[in-house]
Amino acid sequence: MSVPEIPVLRIGAQGEAYESLEVQSIQSIGNKGEAVKVHFANSGLVKRDMLDLKAARKALRRIPCRELLGMVKEAGERFLHDTLPLGLHDEQSPDDYVRQLSATSGLPVALVRRNMGRLKIVFDEVETILQGLSRGITPGALDQGYGQQNGLPVSFVPSTDALAVILPSNSPAVNALWIPSIAMQIPVILKPGREEPWTPWRIIQAMIASGVPKEAFGFYPTDHEGSNAIIRRVGRVMLFGDDRTVAKHAGDPRVEVHGTGRSKVLFGQDQIDDWEKHLGLLEESVSANSGRSCINASTIVVPRHADALAEALAQRLLAMEPKALDDESARLSGFANPRFGEAISGMVDEGLKAPGARDVSVALRSTPRLIERDHMTYLQPTVVRCDSLDHPLANTEFLFPYCAVVELPQEQMLEQIGPSLVVTALTEDREWIDDLLAYPAISRLNIGPHATCHISWDQPHEGNLFEFLFERRTVAFANA
Amino acid sequence: MIEAQAPTPAQGADQRLQSHLQEILNWHFSEETGCPFWLDWKQASGWDPREEIQSVADLVKFDHFQDEWLRDEKNERFVPKGFGKRPFNIFETGGTTGLPKQRIGWDDYKHDYEQFSGTLDEASFPRGGNWLMVGPTGPRRLRLAIEHLANFRGGSCYFVDLDPRWVKKVIQRGDIDQVERYQRHVIDQAVELLKHRDISCLFTTPKLLESLAERVSIPGRGIRGVFCGGTTMTPQMVRFLVEEVCENETRFVPTYGNTLMGLAASKPVTKEEGYSITYYAPQPRATLRIVNPEATEETRDYGEYGRVELTTLTKEFFMPRFLERDEAIRRKPCELYPWDGVGDVRPFGAMEKKVIEGVY
Repeated sequence: MSVPEIPVLRIGAQGEAYESLEVQSIQSIGNKGEAVKVHFANSGLVKRDMLDLKAARKALRRIPCRELLGMVKEAGERFLHDTLPLGLHDEQSPDDYVRQLSATSGLPVALVRRNMGRLKIVFDEVETILQGLSRGITPGALDQGYGQQNGLPVSFVPSTDALAVILPSNSPAVNALWIPSIAMQIPVILKPGREEPWTPWRIIQAMIASGVPKEAFGFYPTDHEGSNAIIRRVGRVMLFGDDRTVAKHAGDPRVEVHGTGRSKVLFGQDQIDDWEKHLGLLEESVSANSGRSCINASTIVVPRHADALAEALAQRLLAMEPKALDDESARLSGFANPRFGEAISGMVDEGLKAPGARDVSVALRSTPRLIERDHMTYLQPTVVRCDSLDHPLANTEFLFPYCAVVELPQEQMLEQIGPSLVVTALTEDREWIDDLLAYPAISRLNIGPHATCHISWDQPHEGNLFEFLFERRTVAFANA
Repeated sequence: MIEAQAPTPAQGADQRLQSHLQEILNWHFSEETGCPFWLDWKQASGWDPREEIQSVADLVKFDHFQDEWLRDEKNERFVPKGFGKRPFNIFETGGTTGLPKQRIGWDDYKHDYEQFSGTLDEASFPRGGNWLMVGPTGPRRLRLAIEHLANFRGGSCYFVDLDPRWVKKVIQRGDIDQVERYQRHVIDQAVELLKHRDISCLFTTPKLLESLAERVSIPGRGIRGVFCGGTTMTPQMVRFLVEEVCENETRFVPTYGNTLMGLAASKPVTKEEGYSITYYAPQPRATLRIVNPEATEETRDYGEYGRVELTTLTKEFFMPRFLERDEAIRRKPCELYPWDGVGDVRPFGAMEKKVIEGVY
């Protein structure tokens, strides 16, 4: 089979594949040769295309929202089951996709399949998502710009002609975030991560095959300057980054940064003596998707039993070892770029130098945290027992199954946890539940035994996409 | 009787370069015409280039010219006695802090641009047409050079200034808003001039050209030829500039040059050759060589990347073996320019410096 070549897709009237003279070669892990050639858009071309996005939006506006919902749903079936066009000359079966993504990203095939399943749910549930995020808008109200919602007149005006997404390489499931945008008649401009052009490309192809106009998609592999051009010129932008990225765009309503989640599990005073019963939930919260999501728990806070809980959790996570990428039982992702694994492990080691932290896992394992296998580095699950939430290794997160266990009286927890994307609170204490519900720095609150990575699609994830893309306004018709 | 064979274009170019080299060495290293800097150098080094440099290949006997000399030495030390008391122009290179590097000159820029003028086609850069320069003016040679080019071709030149030193500072500070505001300010002025004056030729940098084309159609505004330089251009950038910015209508002429060399013309860029640019030094007034960065006396083979080494050979300025901050592919001579060319110029070490990308 020839090496696939993925072109640039230019948004709007052009809508055609663009073959660049600048082509980047992505290698398969383990010196197995070239996996894909990706055509790169120069920043000038990106800027030029961002000048006028109206044609793209117009192409989507021609299709009623109700029909688009159907197309997106159909695209989910195609994404999961169909052979779809791949780049300039090739086709890609679902198995090809799984194998190709695994070979460049270091995600085991089993995890890629699991991510496909997660994405399929978003396609399937797109109508529920739209209903949930808009609090029950009728699709027709988006078509005509006004309508009724719960018996009240409403009008929504789009804040942008397109949604731009600067995608990471580490998790295909993040593409779930932009899929509903198409159903809301808002075109998308995607800048894929370097090692992960596969998923956004395949989703676009599934959507086009289901009838969504190709003008609605921009696919721009590009460099730093090109990314900046997208970020600065599109009306609404989603991007992924660390605390520095979040700080850089703070106060810019156009940009929604998906940063560190600092998701947590909190044990209430009333439940802590039953901690062993929740070990499965803790394991899943820390390790699902190889611990790479912002919704993975990175800190567990307990009023007592911290040492025993940390040890038991570390013990359970021992089974999560590096395995061959095609081993169906593999759950741990490798780092395609070995230096990433080394750097992250170095950060943990640096943190352990500060007094008040102990690596519980390393004492139970015969191998070090960082190991090499099949030309990649792997970071084995790590549980660190920290004396306080202020320790550098507590209330932080890394790109592998990692968590800190901290002991703190229940009444001090909300004073100290700080902003948290997800909190699972294991408690039945009504008074404390009221406090948790009133606490503003938690974006997603699970009361009771829900893993932190459990997602309710009819509620906002990290920000509400509908409110990001539309603003409500007053509209009145004199003769109505 | 043996008939003498006419030399090939390449041989002819070599011979011209050879005799020019001797003339320039004689000028700079003779007590009557040379400058204090090189005469002192001769004495300190203990050898006389007039005797030991018999060919261009012998230039490797010189060490690399250090550009710091152009900052640390007084400009007067570079005045050849042959120029007597005639006042000189001072041209500056880059520089963001402290005293910038300076090169002095008299008529070189005129010679360089008159020679370059001969490479421009009449339809795209019409005689008598007015020019617009949008780019760094101030103490730069380019400002006088472009005006001279316009005048030499019978036209006048409008200017919009840009201060690259300020832009660099703002970029270093990470204030992208400010950079964009400044760029808009520059482009606003250019757009006004294009709207209200008859201008048919443009000189600018690639990025400013891109920005200008976001506001106006380049051919639509009557621009028939764009002469563009100042930063490196990848083939993809060139293609974009030709196809979309110049709309396949306005002639796009890239150049490579600086205050120390003058300017190198390019072989016409074509789609067939993948929009790859090959520049040719203005021989015999300057020569470019692609060298092994680890052993700079070695010239790279054709088709190989190496560091760009410049030797400037004029009566005003002698600068042997200056290592540019660029790398390029050594390209073969062509019909128009029968000497080595330099292709796909990019900043030196660009490939090694590329950080491993990844997003957390």
